[in-house]
Amino acid sequence: MKVTIDGHEIEVEPGTSILQAARMIGGESVPPAMCYYSKLEGTGGKCRACLVEVSKGSEADPRPMPKLMASCKTGVMDGMEVKSITSPRVLEARKAVTEFLLINHPLDCPVCDQAGECDLQNLAFNHGKEQKRFKEDKRTFAPENIGENIQLHMNRCILCYRCVKTAEQLTDKRVHGVCGRGEHAQISTYISTAIDNEFSGNMIDVCPVGALTDKTFRFKSRVWFNKPYNAHRNCPTCSGKVTLWMFGEEIQRVTARKDEFHEVEEFICNSCRFDHKDPKDWIIEGPRKFEKFSVINQNNYTTKLDKVVLNTEKQIVEGREQDRNKISMKAIPYTEHESKE
Amino acid sequence: MATKILLDKINIPGIKSYEVYRQNGGYASVEKALKEMTPDAITEEVKASGLRGRGGAGFPVGLKWSFIDKKSGKPRHLVCNADESEPGTFKDRYLMEHIPHLLIEGMITASYALGANLSYIYIRGEYMWVFKILERAIKEAYAAGWLGKNILGTDYSLDLHVHCGAGAYICGEETALIESLEGKRGNPRIKPPFPAVSGLWGNPTVVNNVESISNVPWIVNNSGEAYSKLGLGRSAGTKLISASGHIRKPGVYEIEMGITVHEFINSDEYCGGMIDDRPIKALVPGGSSVPILPAHLIYKTANGEDRLMTYESLSDGGFETGSMLGSGGFIVYNDTACIVRNTWNFARFYAHESCGQCSPCREGTGWLEKILHRIEIGNGTMEDIDLLWNIQSNIEGNTICPLGDAAAWPVAAAIRHFREEFEYHVLYPEKVKNRDHFVNEPFSTVKHLINK
Repeated sequence: MKVTIDGHEIEVEPGTSILQAARMIGGESVPPAMCYYSKLEGTGGKCRACLVEVSKGSEADPRPMPKLMASCKTGVMDGMEVKSITSPRVLEARKAVTEFLLINHPLDCPVCDQAGECDLQNLAFNHGKEQKRFKEDKRTFAPENIGENIQLHMNRCILCYRCVKTAEQLTDKRVHGVCGRGEHAQISTYISTAIDNEFSGNMIDVCPVGALTDKTFRFKSRVWFNKPYNAHRNCPTCSGKVTLWMFGEEIQRVTARKDEFHEVEEFICNSCRFDHKDPKDWIIEGPRKFEKFSVINQNNYTTKLDKVVLNTEKQIVEGREQDRNKISMKAIPYTEHESKE
Repeated sequence: MATKILLDKINIPGIKSYEVYRQNGGYASVEKALKEMTPDAITEEVKASGLRGRGGAGFPVGLKWSFIDKKSGKPRHLVCNADESEPGTFKDRYLMEHIPHLLIEGMITASYALGANLSYIYIRGEYMWVFKILERAIKEAYAAGWLGKNILGTDYSLDLHVHCGAGAYICGEETALIESLEGKRGNPRIKPPFPAVSGLWGNPTVVNNVESISNVPWIVNNSGEAYSKLGLGRSAGTKLISASGHIRKPGVYEIEMGITVHEFINSDEYCGGMIDDRPIKALVPGGSSVPILPAHLIYKTANGEDRLMTYESLSDGGFETGSMLGSGGFIVYNDTACIVRNTWNFARFYAHESCGQCSPCREGTGWLEKILHRIEIGNGTMEDIDLLWNIQSNIEGNTICPLGDAAAWPVAAAIRHFREEFEYHVLYPEKVKNRDHFVNEPFSTVKHLINK
């Protein structure tokens, strides 16, 4: 089947979605995907970030589709013509979706462990508006403890349902889901600390935002201060192929290996992820590469880093001296007479 | 007196019970269908009748039936959508409450036409007493041999169940209804595949409104051609209208499509005119989701023709100057109604009922509600009006199911036709503060305050 996306032609198998075809072409035409995950069945269609314009339905039926289509859920037809980044309508819709996703998002990137590898940050960077139009109070949820390994920040969640599908398809029994409706829909276990499964940690990797983060990595480091390495170990339950996030000799975090679309290559077990933090456990293969513009490359050891000099102490001392002088008001003479009156 | 199809026998005492219903010609269509007709012949009759779906979208019923996948060999299902939750619509409740056997008769005939052996009526949770009425009626139908194995000695068997929803408007969307019927969270599915191919438990399924199914017995008894002669053009047959608002006689009326809106509102047979003879200000002709019409577009269309009670005439002029027949929730407003208040009320409903699955609807409906509330209580700004317009256009068409559109349309129409009232709220906040639902000084008396 032949499909044209933004003028690029490609032959694909029947049953391929527009998004998959666009990923085969690559480049700027790839629509952003916040909820679709090719490794999980039944994901996609929810975030509406990947909307594209189908300007020609197929060779047999060349009419354009009236609505913008979710590219992750729309199969290609022979002779289909799709406009992704070349359509002003699509760009407008993506801006709108980005704004909708951000209005209730806490924007706490400075304290969020996901910052630097967050899909919502990328989306906002590429399609966000500079101005804020939402004046009301943001929606918030009460903190909830869902288990000993995973930290849930419901305020950051964009309800992509990826973690729900992960639990459904990877673990024997799903114990969390979406409760509530509309604005108040939330990821919850209903029963506190219920998530306890050998593969539950993959929910952290599939989460596109910082709603589900690793408790063992919480507040330890920014991801761009870590050096990522490919490593493996002989694991009885999973493939054992992981990325180690190291700070010096210390393994701060273990994740599955993610491809250029931030999708996990192979799911890993909780034992690899949470319990093996000793470099001796792992056979390190070499540095993990990331896409060119990723902030993680900031600490890539292929670039020369200048020696960091901390001037803080001296500055603090200087500042204190200035403050002391101001407070003591040396310029004004002290007389006993005035203070007594 | 106009022809009545659904409410013809409604005034017969005891029509609720099986015996009276049977004595008055009930279940004749089942006899005729099972003994004399093939399933495909019934589908052809319904196609010929031109009956259009009465739930809101107006999709031809016969065409929908013909899409059902009969080749796959999977069991087929008919699901009746009795999850009537649209604000302003209460026709299905009236029908099921007073003449439940009509729906059951329609379900049997329609199930036979589709070859379904297991059918469901999905009723909303708030209609608990109607649920009980239907349960009792189904029990009576089983006892009389209209349901169960080998109906009337033929080899056709049908099981019919009523399923009670848990009170979600979104479950009136057909795929969400199917999800809910399967015992899952009522989130709409992404189409395609359409239910006609993969619906309930992955089987081919047809979902029809109560009123659509209740029309089937008459069509089978009197032929599709006779039905298509009723009404006007492509709006064939009769339609139940649930009239409410500032009219003398609110209630459910069966009209033959093609009468004028003026006649419907003002004749004694139907709504009986405006309450206290106050002037009409606005009309929502088809339930809360359709665009609101201002006074000058109610009785006449934009090009000066009479506005008729048909699918075509009500949507004449598109959304610029028209509306939709929708589900027939006919809400009339006189000049004491505040359009901003009303729009906020509708927006609040959609924000509450959004399922939260797709982002434009989940975030957008709540945002609309917050801004409208701000304007209504006198804290709005002029930019808020443009912002509302922008948000609604960002929601419309970008969501999974039509709920996003339904939330966006009323807001768009209110701004399009009643922008001055929004401006009045912004300019004179002290006048709109602490107001009740209805206003003492109608907008026409304060309109001069807004300088254009």
